[in-house]
Amino acid sequence: MQTMATMLLSLVVIAGGFSMYSGCGSKKGKGPLMESNAPSKVYVEPGKFDEFYSFVSGGFSGQMAVYGLPSGRLLKVIPVFSQNPENGYGYSEETKPMLNTSHGFIPWDDSHHSELSMKDGVPDGRWVFINGNNTPRVARIDLKSFRTVEIIEIPNSAGNHSSPFTTPNSEYVVAGTRFSIPVDNKDVPISTYKENFKGALSFIRVDQNSGEMSIAFQLITPPFDYDLSHSGKGPSDGWFFFSCYNSEQAHSLLEVNASQKDKDFILAVNWKKIEELIKQGKGTDKAVNYAHNKWNESTHSAESEIIKTVKTLTPADVSGTMFYIPCPKSPHGADVDPSGEYIVGGGKLATVIPVFSFSKMIKAIESKQFDGEIESIPVLKYESVLSGEVQNPGLGPLHTEFDDKGFAYTSMFVSSEIIKWKLDTKEVVDRMPAFYSVGHIMIPGGDSKKPWGKYLLIMNKITKDRFLPTGPELNQSAQLIDISGDKMKLLLDFPTVGEPHYAQALPGDMISKNQVRIFKIEDNKHPYALKSEKDARVERKGNEVHVYLSAIRSHLTPDNIEGIKVNDVVYFHVTNLEQDWDIPHGFAIKGNDNSELLVMPGETCTIKWTPKEAGIYPYYCTDFCSALHQEMQGYLRVSPKDSNVPLTFNSNK
Amino acid sequence: MKNSTRILILIVSLSMLAVYFTPIWEINLDAPQYPEGLGFEIWINRMTGDLKTVNGLNHYIGMKTIEPDSIKELQIMPYIVGFLILGGVLVSVIRKRKLFITWIIFYAISGIVGAVDFYLWEYDYGHNLNPDAAIKIPGMSYQPPLIGEKVLLNFTAYSYPSTGGIILISGILIAIIALIYDFRNYENKEKNI
Repeated sequence: MQTMATMLLSLVVIAGGFSMYSGCGSKKGKGPLMESNAPSKVYVEPGKFDEFYSFVSGGFSGQMAVYGLPSGRLLKVIPVFSQNPENGYGYSEETKPMLNTSHGFIPWDDSHHSELSMKDGVPDGRWVFINGNNTPRVARIDLKSFRTVEIIEIPNSAGNHSSPFTTPNSEYVVAGTRFSIPVDNKDVPISTYKENFKGALSFIRVDQNSGEMSIAFQLITPPFDYDLSHSGKGPSDGWFFFSCYNSEQAHSLLEVNASQKDKDFILAVNWKKIEELIKQGKGTDKAVNYAHNKWNESTHSAESEIIKTVKTLTPADVSGTMFYIPCPKSPHGADVDPSGEYIVGGGKLATVIPVFSFSKMIKAIESKQFDGEIESIPVLKYESVLSGEVQNPGLGPLHTEFDDKGFAYTSMFVSSEIIKWKLDTKEVVDRMPAFYSVGHIMIPGGDSKKPWGKYLLIMNKITKDRFLPTGPELNQSAQLIDISGDKMKLLLDFPTVGEPHYAQALPGDMISKNQVRIFKIEDNKHPYALKSEKDARVERKGNEVHVYLSAIRSHLTPDNIEGIKVNDVVYFHVTNLEQDWDIPHGFAIKGNDNSELLVMPGETCTIKWTPKEAGIYPYYCTDFCSALHQEMQGYLRVSPKDSNVPLTFNSNK
Repeated sequence: MKNSTRILILIVSLSMLAVYFTPIWEINLDAPQYPEGLGFEIWINRMTGDLKTVNGLNHYIGMKTIEPDSIKELQIMPYIVGFLILGGVLVSVIRKRKLFITWIIFYAISGIVGAVDFYLWEYDYGHNLNPDAAIKIPGMSYQPPLIGEKVLLNFTAYSYPSTGGIILISGILIAIIALIYDFRNYENKEKNI
C-alpha cells in the first residue's frame, strides 16, 4: 500500500514537472491567450527587416540593447555606462574619458530608462537618451552611429531615477533624484533628514542642432523620492510631471515607513514659466563638481570636463510654478496621454488608478483649490484635479502607455497582468496575465503624441520557467503583445539583456536610412592616426612607446617590433585603413591586463599595455576579417629594463 | 551633303558634350559578400566608385592598384573628344564631303585605338601579377572582359558602356549610316543627270 502511494506521488511530481517544462495550458500564455496565427505575425523572413527598432534599457548591465520588433531579435548592445571589453569601450584611451565623473572613473552603472529625442511631440529618431541611476548621469546615443556620444553627470542628486524624459521638442531632458541628499552633499547626521536633505530636479538643455547637453537649472524641492516623470504635450506643453513617494520623509526602513500615508504626490512643474523667471534673474549659482564627457567623431576621441557651478532655484524663487497633486500610495508612473489632457498615476500599493485632468488642474490652480502647502509648494485638492479613477484595475499599477485609439494599458506588478482601459470612461475592457510580474511596458511612440498602436512590449521582472533554465540566474523575459484588435493577444516571449526598466521604439526606416557605414579616413583627425601604412612606425619618448599600427586585410604594420623594455608604457594606436562597410579589425596582445580593441573602418583606437616580463608577445586581429585573418598577426619582443636591444620595427622583412 | 545629314552630324557632335558629364564605361563586380554591389565607373578624365575597396580586394591576387592619377589616357581623352566635337561642327558648317570622311575616319580610329588600349590595360592588370601574392592559382588570370561578363574566382565581373560610351558608340554608327545615305543620294543624283 505504501509503495502504491509512493508511486502515485512520484507520478504526480513527474506530471507536474512535465507540465512545467512543456509549457502547456493557458496559464503559461498558450491556448486562448495566444494569437492563433502568432508565428506568422512575429516571423521575419531571412534577409527581411523588422518593422521597428526598440531601444531597451539594460538595467544593471549599464548598457542599452536594441531589438528588432516583432521578431525580438537582438540587433546590438550599445555600451553606455559600463566598460565593454568586446570592443574596448571604457578601456581604450579614447573612450575612457566617457566614464569620468566627479568620483573619478566609474566604469559601470545601472541604466534605467530610454527616451527618444522628439520633434513636435513625436520621436524623430535622432538620439536616444538613457539615465545612469547609481552615479547620476544622463547619456546621449547618436542613432546614426549607435554610439554613446555624450554623458553628463548630475550634481546634488543620488539615484537618477525620474530621468531622462524629454519635453516635446527635446528642449530639455530631466533628471529627478530618487534619493534626496543634502544639496552640497555635506557630512550631516542622517537623522537630520527633514532639515538637511533635498530632492533636486534637474533640467538639462539639449542643443537642437548638435544635441549637446548642459544643465540649465535645478529645482531644490522637499526631500521626497522622485520616481518617474513625463512631459506635458499639446495643451499641457510647458509642464512636467514628476511622481514621488516617501512624502513621509523616512530615512530608514522605507518599506514600512514610506508606505504610511494614504497619498503621495505627483509634482507638476511649469518649466516655461521657470525659464522666464530665470531670465528675470532668479536663481543662485551653487558651487558643485560634475563631469561632462563628449565624444568627438572627427578625432574619434572623448574629452571630459569638470564643471564647477549649477543654477539652483528653491520653491520660493519660483513660486506659482510648482504644485503637488495628491496621488494614492507610492506612485511610480506619471504618464501623459497623447492628447496631453490626462496624467495617469501608477500607485504601486493603490487599489485604483487615478487619472488627472490637465484642464481641471489649471482651473484648480486659478481658483486656489489648495489643501495646504509643503515648503511653499501648494498641494492641490485631489478631487479638484481628478478626472476619474479606474476601478478594480488589479494590484500594483506601475506604468501606463497609450495607443492611438483612446486606450491606455497599465502594468500590474503584484497581480502580474496588463489591463487595457478606455481613457474617457476609465473602464477596463481587457486584461491579460503577464509572465511574471511585469514592470514597464512600451508601445512604439506610446509616451508621445503619436503612438504606433500595433504592438505592446512588456518587460517582466521575474522569468522562472519561461525558457530553458540556466541555473539560478536567469535573464529577464520580455513579451510582445498584439494590440491591433479589441483583445490583447500574446505573440512572443524573448529574453533580454540585464534588467530592462523601460524601452522606446520607432519604425525602422526612420533610423536605418541615416546609418554611418564607415568613417572617412581622410576626415580622421585623431592625433595618432595613420593615413597610409607607409607611415606605420614606433616612437619612443622616455619609457613611453607609441606604436602607430595600421590594419588592413590581412596584415598589421609593423608586425615585428623589438626594443620594448619591461615596464615601458606602450600605446598601440591602431588605425583601420579599410573603407569598406563591415570590415572592422580587432587588436589584442598576449597578457594585456586592459582589453582588446575593435576598430571600425577609418577609425583610430588606442590601447595601453605595460609589459611586466621579458619575452615574446604575439598580437593579432580578433575580428575574422578575411580569408587570411589568421595570418593577420605580429610579434613584439620585450627585453629587460637594462638591455640595449635597439628599437626596431618592420614588416615583410 | 544633304541638309539633313548636316543637322544629324551637328546633333551627334553636340550630344558628345554629354560625355564630359557622364561616365563612359562601368565595371561592376558581383560577389556574395557584396549584396549592395561593388564597381567603378570610367569617366572622360577620372574614375569613380569603389576603387579603394576593389584595390583592397585585388591585393590578395597580386593585382596592381588602380591609380587614376597615373593613367595617361584620362588626361588625353578630353582633348580627343573635344577635337571630335569641333570636327563634327566644322563638317556641318563647311559641308565638304572629304572633310566629313576624314572626320569619320578619325572618329573610327580613335574608337578602335581606345578599345585596344582599354583591352591592353585590362590585360596588364589581369596578367601582370605580384609573384608574392597570397592567392596564386596556376594558369589563372584576372583580366576583366572588354565588354560582357566573366567569372573571376568569387566575383563575376561585368563590363559595359555607360551613358557616355553609348553616346560615343552610337555617334560613330549614326555618322557612318549618314555617310552611306549621303553617298547613295549623291550617286542617284549623278544617275539622274
